Amino acid sequence: MNLWLILSINSVTLGGLLFLLSAGFSLIFGLMRIPNLTHGSMFMLGAYFGVTLIGWGFGFWLAALMAGLGVALFGGIVERFVLRRLVGNELAQVLVTLGLSFMVADVCLMQWGGDPISVDTPAGLVGSSKVFGMAFPTYRLAIIFIAVAIAAALWGMLDRTRLGAMIRAAVDDPAMARVVGIRVSHLFTFVFCLGAGLAGFAGVIGGPILSVYPGLDQDMLPLALVVVILGGSGSLLGSLVGSFVVGLLYNFGQAMFPELAYVVLFLPMLIVLVLRPRGLFGRAAP
Amino acid sequence: MNVRLDRRAFLASSAAAATLPMPAIAQNKPIRIGLLTVKTGPLAQGGIQMEQGVTLFLKDRNNKIAGRPVELLIGDTGGNPAGTKTKAQELIERDQVDMIFGPLAAFELLAITDYVAAHKTPILSLAAAEDMSQRKPNPYFVRASGTSAQNMQPLADYAAKELKYKSVITISEDFAYGYEQMGGFQRVFEGAGGHVVKKLWPPLVTPDYTPYLAQLSGVDAVVQGFAGSNPLKFMKQYADAGVKLPVLGGGTAGDDALLKSFGDEAIGMISASAYTSDLDSPMNQHFVEGMVRDYGSTPGLYAAGLYINGLVAEAALEKLGGNTDDKDAVIKALRAVSLTDSPRGPFHFDHFGNVVGTVYIRRLERKTGKLVQTTIKSYPNTSQFWTFEEKWFLEQPVYSRDYPPLKS
Repeated sequence: MNLWLILSINSVTLGGLLFLLSAGFSLIFGLMRIPNLTHGSMFMLGAYFGVTLIGWGFGFWLAALMAGLGVALFGGIVERFVLRRLVGNELAQVLVTLGLSFMVADVCLMQWGGDPISVDTPAGLVGSSKVFGMAFPTYRLAIIFIAVAIAAALWGMLDRTRLGAMIRAAVDDPAMARVVGIRVSHLFTFVFCLGAGLAGFAGVIGGPILSVYPGLDQDMLPLALVVVILGGSGSLLGSLVGSFVVGLLYNFGQAMFPELAYVVLFLPMLIVLVLRPRGLFGRAAP
Repeated sequence: MNVRLDRRAFLASSAAAATLPMPAIAQNKPIRIGLLTVKTGPLAQGGIQMEQGVTLFLKDRNNKIAGRPVELLIGDTGGNPAGTKTKAQELIERDQVDMIFGPLAAFELLAITDYVAAHKTPILSLAAAEDMSQRKPNPYFVRASGTSAQNMQPLADYAAKELKYKSVITISEDFAYGYEQMGGFQRVFEGAGGHVVKKLWPPLVTPDYTPYLAQLSGVDAVVQGFAGSNPLKFMKQYADAGVKLPVLGGGTAGDDALLKSFGDEAIGMISASAYTSDLDSPMNQHFVEGMVRDYGSTPGLYAAGLYINGLVAEAALEKLGGNTDDKDAVIKALRAVSLTDSPRGPFHFDHFGNVVGTVYIRRLERKTGKLVQTTIKSYPNTSQFWTFEEKWFLEQPVYSRDYPPLKS
């Protein structure tokens, strides 16, 4: 039946977007143990940066990359000057990042106003394509490819490069990593920038679907949390699987039990937290 | 967030006024109007427009109503009931305001309605909750914008009789404003022989409407009642998903303030609203020009609503000679206001303090490159009870998620 096919394809596209959003969150939380509640704000900030850059005449894709870089820079500043001083103090990190998210929201409201801003779908991906004989928005299909490409690049970086090996070493045993000459603090700044930049990039990529508006940050943060808790923090595979699981739950849940939309979304998270606190693919806490 | 940025005194310099000869009452004492608005968070868009509307009104009047200077005290509710209560208490007990404009949302209003009634403070709100002027009225309440269903009932009439639609699916947020809008639509549409096949209720926060969009088929049209930034998201995803059914919308769904954010996907949407920026009346032209000049944007419901509140307050206080000492006289005068020209055209109030005025059916079009609303029919003197008898209407349950029930 058509409805189920549409829902299935859509689950995958939403999963792709969620992966872009949550990969950064998972990296930061898993590798640095920082519950970064500004992650939704990074997403929104990226989206606003993108809107401004597109307004200045940059193309959509260039704007997305530049917005990602801009947010990465912002993330770097936050990590270096604020979070760095709170290492190991998770409660302080939660409070500081929560406070920062409110500040970012207010600054965005001041700068970009309260009106929702829509982002045009990039030329060439407007309209719909035929999938299994059914019309489906082309842009959403493109998101799947972007998500898979980024997942592959991240996996390659973490698993196949010297940099990735250093990051893994620093996470497993920071003290020993320092002894062998790895600049652990630089690595952590890099990871934080990368996570923030991914969120900012995702904000622009999500723009044509979600548009940009005050409150976007608070709409997206819980979704990132669910994905990461389901999939397991620090695990790329976990983020990927978690994103697609949440995409499925979200689509089928809302179609079949609309009045229980949130229950369908958050109940699995609750069950995973109780039965398997480290998530489906997370490693046991050291 | 709640630093003292939230109040701004618009006290006109009283030096000039003091030199003029004055009647006996203490005319120099300013009239104090409290504005409950939202300046942070997702509701801020509407809140900012509310403030713009009232600020423009006071600017047009040189900060003077009925010969007295006006002091506007602004409270940011933060868009939540607790914040609204706190700010309402500040305005009433510390600032001793003569009346309150706002708040924006029904859940904010419901948090303070008993409190403001106990303090006999007239409150001119935009919040659309039906029962505020029906089954649980507040005697100090005045609403110049209308109930949730007040726009939808004429829209349903138009859909059934003029567009000849036989069946629709409705979709609106999963909260009281959505239920009440679609309840009103359903009662009138089915009364005229139409059939509401399905009512869909996505949560207020729904990043992706596709699961719902996939269910829209087999009917003549889709009726959407979204609010805030959701109409934008919905229309875009609607077009992307390739749904071709015509779209009907309520006041917030096709709000003129969204015109600058909508794209081609919204062209053709037919919406019903108490305010339309294309209304050809002197007062509305003046208002639209002022909004474009000062804020660079076409005004929508929220800015117009607050400008109109200003007009209502002015008309009432002029009748009282600027005297605000007797609050019962003030509310009586407010509810007796009847204007022939305003940004929303002529209107007056019923005995619940709810507006009886024109509802405009508009089509969203692109003209000379800009998105505009073109009025295609007006329903003058539309009451919250539509054409139903008031007594019968009030005996029915309030519109809700399951009322009226779907016919199988």
